[in-house]
Amino acid sequence: MLDDLTRIAGALRDHPAGARVDHFSVRWSRTRTRAWSVRRGVAEPPASTVAEGALVTAVVNGAEGWAATADVSVRGLAAALEVAAGWARVVGANALVTMLPTDVSDARGEFFGPGVGPDTGPDTGAGRGEPPVADLWAALRDLEARLRGGAAAVVDAAAGLDVTEVDQAAWTSRGGATWQRLRHVSPNLSVTAARGSESQRRSIGGGGGDAGTCRQGGFDLFDVAFLSGEAERLREEALQLLAAPNCPSGPMQLLLLPGQMMLQIHESIGHPLELDRILGDERNYAGTSFVTPDMFGSYKYGSDLLNVTFDPTVRGEFASYAFDDAGTPARREWLIRKGVLERPLGGALSQRRASLPGTANARASAWDRPPIDRMANLNIEAGDTPLAALIAGIERGVMMDTNVSWSIDDSRNKFQFGCEWGRVIRDGQLAEVVKNPNYRGISATFWRSLSGVGDAATVEVLGTPFCGKGEPNQMVRVGHASPACVFDNVDVFGGEA
Amino acid sequence: MSAEARFHARATRLFTCLRGAEVAFLSIEGESTDFARFNHAKVRQAGHVDRERATVRLIDGRRHASVTIDLRGDGDDAHLLSALVEARGLVAGADEDPYLLYATAPGDTRRVESGALPTPAEIVASVAEDAAGLDLVGIHASGPVWRGLATSLGHTHWHVVERFDAKVAAYLGGDRAVQTGLSGATWDRARWRDALATARTHLAALERPRRALAPGRYRVFLTPTALNDLLAMMNWGGFSARAGRTGASPLRRLAQGEVALHPSVHLSEDTARGWAPSFTDDGFVRPERVPLVTAGRHAGELVSARTAGEFGLTPNGADPDESARSLALAPGDIPSADALARLGTGLWVGNLWYLNFSDRPAARVTGMTRFATFWVENGEIVAPVPVMRFDESLFRVFGDQLVGLTSESEELPDTGTYGGRSLVGARAPGLLAEDFAFTL
Repeated sequence: MLDDLTRIAGALRDHPAGARVDHFSVRWSRTRTRAWSVRRGVAEPPASTVAEGALVTAVVNGAEGWAATADVSVRGLAAALEVAAGWARVVGANALVTMLPTDVSDARGEFFGPGVGPDTGPDTGAGRGEPPVADLWAALRDLEARLRGGAAAVVDAAAGLDVTEVDQAAWTSRGGATWQRLRHVSPNLSVTAARGSESQRRSIGGGGGDAGTCRQGGFDLFDVAFLSGEAERLREEALQLLAAPNCPSGPMQLLLLPGQMMLQIHESIGHPLELDRILGDERNYAGTSFVTPDMFGSYKYGSDLLNVTFDPTVRGEFASYAFDDAGTPARREWLIRKGVLERPLGGALSQRRASLPGTANARASAWDRPPIDRMANLNIEAGDTPLAALIAGIERGVMMDTNVSWSIDDSRNKFQFGCEWGRVIRDGQLAEVVKNPNYRGISATFWRSLSGVGDAATVEVLGTPFCGKGEPNQMVRVGHASPACVFDNVDVFGGEA
Repeated sequence: MSAEARFHARATRLFTCLRGAEVAFLSIEGESTDFARFNHAKVRQAGHVDRERATVRLIDGRRHASVTIDLRGDGDDAHLLSALVEARGLVAGADEDPYLLYATAPGDTRRVESGALPTPAEIVASVAEDAAGLDLVGIHASGPVWRGLATSLGHTHWHVVERFDAKVAAYLGGDRAVQTGLSGATWDRARWRDALATARTHLAALERPRRALAPGRYRVFLTPTALNDLLAMMNWGGFSARAGRTGASPLRRLAQGEVALHPSVHLSEDTARGWAPSFTDDGFVRPERVPLVTAGRHAGELVSARTAGEFGLTPNGADPDESARSLALAPGDIPSADALARLGTGLWVGNLWYLNFSDRPAARVTGMTRFATFWVENGEIVAPVPVMRFDESLFRVFGDQLVGLTSESEELPDTGTYGGRSLVGARAPGLLAEDFAFTL
């Protein structure tokens, strides 16, 4: 494949459009998404989507323009290059950033995620371990039936599987050529129980911002035996919630399981550390950050127990890759170590703009969007405390799991999050189930109240396909692995009567 | 050949490939957009998207499936045929769908709104020249957006809106900022400069010393922009027939008559005055107006074709997600010019941000203030207020806490671009309420 890329790049370089610009790059992707779902006993109509196209950038006298086209012939790419060059010339001296030749990648390499290889592309079912479609439907029907379980109070249930296969390639006028193939697998289950105007939902999966079982890999990630047990558990928990009292209110200890920790990491560590936010690019939309450039290297973000890494090299985590969309080779970096802030989430261009170290995280959501600073896999490192010991150490608190509500200010500081599932912890023992568990806090102080970090046995590798940001808007996949964690003196509260 | 003629010609050729009793729906969504992104009144990123995304939906008896592809230009007949063949394979493996429902009677609509949009050079000049001296950040998106539907049953629908959406924020520093914007079919540089001039006026007010308020209940005036964010929360399942029947609607208690809103609240899906197409991908034509709340009482819901099949209802032009595309809140009787005076002492809220439910069955919503929020005393702006978190029930804000609505509404296009430029919008007045709960 690298030979093909080199040939196309050569043809574009020799084309008159290529000769009229100082540098160019082409990033092509082909994303195939298939979805199967059974809801309330009925299979939803199957759907398949293939999105394919390329984004071409041109640099002229230090200004950059881009153009996105679905016509990926050399002629189509050359036409897009003309449009991109036209924009670069119009921008001219009004460019915020003067592009340097070294901003154009010269990286070369190939990467195949777990479950895919060079000969097992999206169009070849053989060899990919893909089960017959009839088996998928049968498994989903069974899972959905388990979610309902004959309970009269269950008013909605759905079992689904989303599979997305991505081929992406990039090549540049500086000789850069990269090729990556990934498969994203997202099983999801949800059940809603209702009585009168009261309803409660339990879920796992990638829908609607919920905690995700999303991973990269093969169809073996659709683990029917595991999901069958989960379906039974979710139904029982939804029914328990319907009969449960509201979560108590007041300052108390908070035990967050990984299904909520992923949201907590995402909103109050990931987003505030994005360097383009710190540089102000997102101030009109996603927002700015309470983190300022002078904090890196010294700011005490959390307690000594807080260790956070950016790691796109974790095999099978949802946002793993070998190169970001600017061509920077990916590697693991420490963002926060023993509570001290070390580096932001910033791609190569942002690093140059801010004179700060960063990460390989310039990412684009699709073929028609330019890359910006994003999260990828953002993980909290495991501690050494078993879950039982975390619970035993709590005199008065609540355990929460599975995000259902998320809201945070545009500086990523004042937040309020809610979960599907709560259990009171009293004198070191798990006690009654409570509904509508919520908590609020301030990022700048919340992580300093981290008083317990679970051991490796408590870690779950999760992810979500729904991280939104950017102008124009972009939705990307992110991965978050986390242990269970305990926070002290958190403002906890429940719903209305 | 125009995009419209090209689309219908492709559809005609594709439908000749159908077999037996097969029925095909071909829908398209396209755009040709200039995007320019700004920071510090300079161009951060600028470029152009040409995209046409086609969905082939194949129906064979009660089995159906859909395949979506990006059209390339050349060779698309073969590309669409491949999609049809793939859909045929999916249909073969699909169950019969007891909820399948689509418009069988042919229909046609056509709406083409042409404009005079800015050139790339004019877009850059609108910031580089007109925003001189401002720390301006934001986005300008400009170009035609189109939707089409053709079916082998004879439906032909076409919808084009040429529009620009400039949305920017001017910053004083930190989080002190004013957001403004201009949308329309015809670029008017004078109106754009007026918008920036108004922003400069508000920035001057933001320079005053800030006043931090303790959490508590305050009288508030929500601008149409801020109010639209609360309406969007109502629209997150609140008008959906399916959500109402599956425990997911935040307005279930309203629909069941357990609560009522203020008698001055009248909400409707107002397709005739919106930007959204007047047809659905199932071939149904949307009514010009669907009443949702009348005089504070539940008056209707949005029913998609599939929900109609599932629950034995009549579809009324809703898309599968059953959210309003052109939600309208009727104005009240407070002249906008009197809003500050009627507020008296309290908070003037320009924008809300990042809303979510803290208790969905209770329609309780949390979120933040953002951009310009001012403390007002005796009808005069006294001080800007740092961002605050609120947590309040829609049943109260639009219920017994509601004091009044302004007599003028604003058109509020959704400038979102996830997956493509939006044709959703809303129309809302400003709202005066008392005892609005701020928590952090």
